[in-house]
Amino acid sequence: MHSSLLSLLTWLPILGGVAVLLVGDARASVARWLALAVALAALAASVPLYLGFDASSAALQFVERMPWIPSLRSDYYLGIDGISLPLILLTTLSTVLVVIAGWTVIEKRPAQYFAAFLIMEGLMIGVFSAADALLFYVFWEAMLIPMFLIIGIWGGARRIYATIKFFLYTFLGSVFMLVALVYMYLKTGDYSLAALYRLPLSLTEQVLIFLAFFAAFAVKVPMVPVHTWLPDAHVEAPTGGSVILAAIMLKMGGYGFLRFSLPITPDAAHALDWLVIGLSLVAVVYIGLIALVQQDMKKLIAYSSIAHMGFVTLGCFVGYEIAAATGGYGGATLALSGAMVQMISHGLVSGALFLCVGVLYDRLHTRDIGAYGGVINTMPVFGAFMVLFAMANAGLPGTSGFVGEFLVILASFKANFWFAFLAAMTLILGAAYTLWLVKRVVFGAVANDGVASLKDLNGREFLVLGVLAVAVLALGVYPKPLTDVMEPTLRHVVQLMSVSKL
Amino acid sequence: MNPMSAVDFALAQPEMVLLGGASLMLLVDLFLTDRQRQITYFLGLLTLALTAVQVAALPEVHYAAFGGMFVVDGVARLLKLVSCATVAVVFVYSRDYLIQRGLFRGEYFVLALFATLGIFVMASAGSLLTMYMGIELLALSQYALVAFDRDSPVAAESAMKYFVLGAIASGTLLYGISIIYGVTGTFDLGALAVRLDAGAATQVGLLFGLAFLLAGIAFKFGAVPFHMWIPDVYHGAPTSVTLFLGAAPKLAYFALALRVLAEGLGGLVPAWQEMLVVLAVLSLAIGNVVAVAQTNLKRMLAYSTISNVGFILLGILAGTPTGYRAALFYTITYVVMALGSFAMIVLLSRKGFEADQIEDFRGLGQRHPWFACVMLFLMVSTAGVPPFVGFFSKLYVIQAVLDVGLTWLAVVAVLFSVIGAFYYLRVVKVMFFDAPGEEVAVTAGPALKFLLSLNGLAVLALGLFNGALVDVIAKALP
Repeated sequence: MHSSLLSLLTWLPILGGVAVLLVGDARASVARWLALAVALAALAASVPLYLGFDASSAALQFVERMPWIPSLRSDYYLGIDGISLPLILLTTLSTVLVVIAGWTVIEKRPAQYFAAFLIMEGLMIGVFSAADALLFYVFWEAMLIPMFLIIGIWGGARRIYATIKFFLYTFLGSVFMLVALVYMYLKTGDYSLAALYRLPLSLTEQVLIFLAFFAAFAVKVPMVPVHTWLPDAHVEAPTGGSVILAAIMLKMGGYGFLRFSLPITPDAAHALDWLVIGLSLVAVVYIGLIALVQQDMKKLIAYSSIAHMGFVTLGCFVGYEIAAATGGYGGATLALSGAMVQMISHGLVSGALFLCVGVLYDRLHTRDIGAYGGVINTMPVFGAFMVLFAMANAGLPGTSGFVGEFLVILASFKANFWFAFLAAMTLILGAAYTLWLVKRVVFGAVANDGVASLKDLNGREFLVLGVLAVAVLALGVYPKPLTDVMEPTLRHVVQLMSVSKL
Repeated sequence: MNPMSAVDFALAQPEMVLLGGASLMLLVDLFLTDRQRQITYFLGLLTLALTAVQVAALPEVHYAAFGGMFVVDGVARLLKLVSCATVAVVFVYSRDYLIQRGLFRGEYFVLALFATLGIFVMASAGSLLTMYMGIELLALSQYALVAFDRDSPVAAESAMKYFVLGAIASGTLLYGISIIYGVTGTFDLGALAVRLDAGAATQVGLLFGLAFLLAGIAFKFGAVPFHMWIPDVYHGAPTSVTLFLGAAPKLAYFALALRVLAEGLGGLVPAWQEMLVVLAVLSLAIGNVVAVAQTNLKRMLAYSTISNVGFILLGILAGTPTGYRAALFYTITYVVMALGSFAMIVLLSRKGFEADQIEDFRGLGQRHPWFACVMLFLMVSTAGVPPFVGFFSKLYVIQAVLDVGLTWLAVVAVLFSVIGAFYYLRVVKVMFFDAPGEEVAVTAGPALKFLLSLNGLAVLALGLFNGALVDVIAKALP
């Protein structure tokens, strides 16, 4: 199938972002409307992507391929499968919401703000649709620059510390991946992912390459113990930055595991699955406990993100243990779809929670939990949304948060009772920290004059949270369209991860 | 063999045009008043343009002239073309700066052209003696250029340091050459390669000479531990001179390393590879780590040069055609980035004020968003972040190093580039995250602004479409 839809989706936001930059901060309202138009156009362009997608096939679709650097045999090679599609849709949706959410809130250099998010959107879509490893890496690293500026320019008090930490952490992780990619390229003579999938590698090579990938993806996810950049980055980032970080950028790590680690180094992934599973369970339990004691709302949600992403990494790697326990890779697909649903759901839920915090922050300019209390009395509509998203975060059945966690726990049971037991701790811990947050912030008597003076959601905020609420509920009640799209691709991944390359 | 024929002179035509132009400028400049000095400037640009036309007309295949002393081939042609362009850009960047400081004198342009002639001779050297002549011509012009602001004590001090250390390095180099000559009985690089074919790597005499040669080369490049002069000279020289020092000569030093090590002493690859590994790793380490501590942008860029030299050496030490091509790609793209970075200092400087502190860039993102963006491109590119060209130059070098099985070296290189990213990011931080200080108008002329904008965009375009440059290099250096 020939189409240039993916190029359109990648370059439209980038060029649109440049156009917004050219409009400049002096004509802020023009810049805003232009940014919204570009974001909506990208969202609209992603609809035919979904409609035209053949869910019964695991093959790359909407493929575009032309020579890029002929001497390296690296191509401008785009294509999506069932893993990329949901993430691209999530990206286009989130960007529209972020643009709307920042509409009047951003007073400092608004044109640059919107431009940064649009350029970011294009680069993220590029990451999800690149089928050439070098092209992937270029998008992957280029993404850091707009995010670095977003946190650094529009962030909070400690923004410079946070953004430099963010950049260096992720940069450090990625350079190892680059060395691994070049190493494999020298063996294949080709940067296409398909060639890397076919490349036979010895176990030592695989282990080293796996660790190099792990350095890149574990930082992005982030996994314990390289997670410390995330709370800083989230707390200091502006609301929109937090939303994009939580909703999309963290997913890049999970996406990387599915796209690179499992298919390229299956034997090393098998040999080292204990490491990933162990760290994932630590994230679920230990980071859950840390979240419990946070005083800062954004920090609490950031830690909750790390715990939730633990499910993603657990789902990605538990397949090997399932195979060891049951003798077949039957449960692995279940685990992977759990991981994928969890990624999408977490993107919606954590994005929504950050937006909720943003709503409060815009009014009282503090994220301290102690500064709130009884918000529901003055902001009933907001309270309802916040409770809904909190429930989804805690994994209440009927919300999207439940589906992913349930699938992963179910799959873990097939592997080992204790994996499932520890993973299921999140049902208690997640409920504890989220509900306690809600209790302290939303419920109770009006705590102070600040809260008493709060005004409920305006139309813009209602629209943004409303869209997310619908998505969270829809995915919770009827996740089938999502799982159907992913199913053949995930089965293909399981097939790749189960065949030894030795 | 007739040592001098008409063909020989035809092949040396660009050099003769350059020499003629520079001499003519020297004469013309005598009779100009200060207000007519523009004529020298335009004559300089014209000479470079004419030279470039002559170079472009040269054949791309290998020719040896003057009994093998002088070689014309693809790589010489490419290096000469790039250095013509570089020096022309340096002239345009420097003009306003020199005028504002009362330094707009003919010597600057004439000396720069003589230095360019030195670069040309080095690029075409077919024998160790020709190479040495080129080196000295380039070096002497540079010493004079550094001292050329004669009222500045800092510049004089830098020139003195540069001269003394440079003289020692030249001596070392010459000593190495004489030992190599003593062992092999030839200065000719082609003949040297032939005589070194069998069992050369075990000859102590050769290795002894090689060590001195390498020390000289490392000094010229500014590789650790022969780097001491770089920060002081870059810092002390007028920025317009630093602009020159930081850019064009790197091309000549690449030619030096390529001609002497790869072509002449290719049989000794294992020997010089080991030595270069040490130099490269030390340069990466010291350059990147010490740059973090700098507050002066010129010094920071000087240390950044040292670390970039480490990368160039990594490409060369691979000892393969891929490696040399990677090093050449790195050198050319580094020159583009260095030109832009130093030109940013020139852009923000004005009469009586040097914008050479990192702090001077505070809030540039608000004051002059476009030039802040150009600087962002330059810094992020030098840090090696895609899609800018700096990433690809590092990629090619890493690829060359991995290709010869030196995986650990590639890992070391990328680790130090992460450290390096910190200080480039600090410049970005100062520009975009800090509140602007006093309002400063940019007094630079339109030519500088236009060329600098192009320079910034070139860093992006060369990155996105680096295949074109790769092809050019592959043709020049098969």
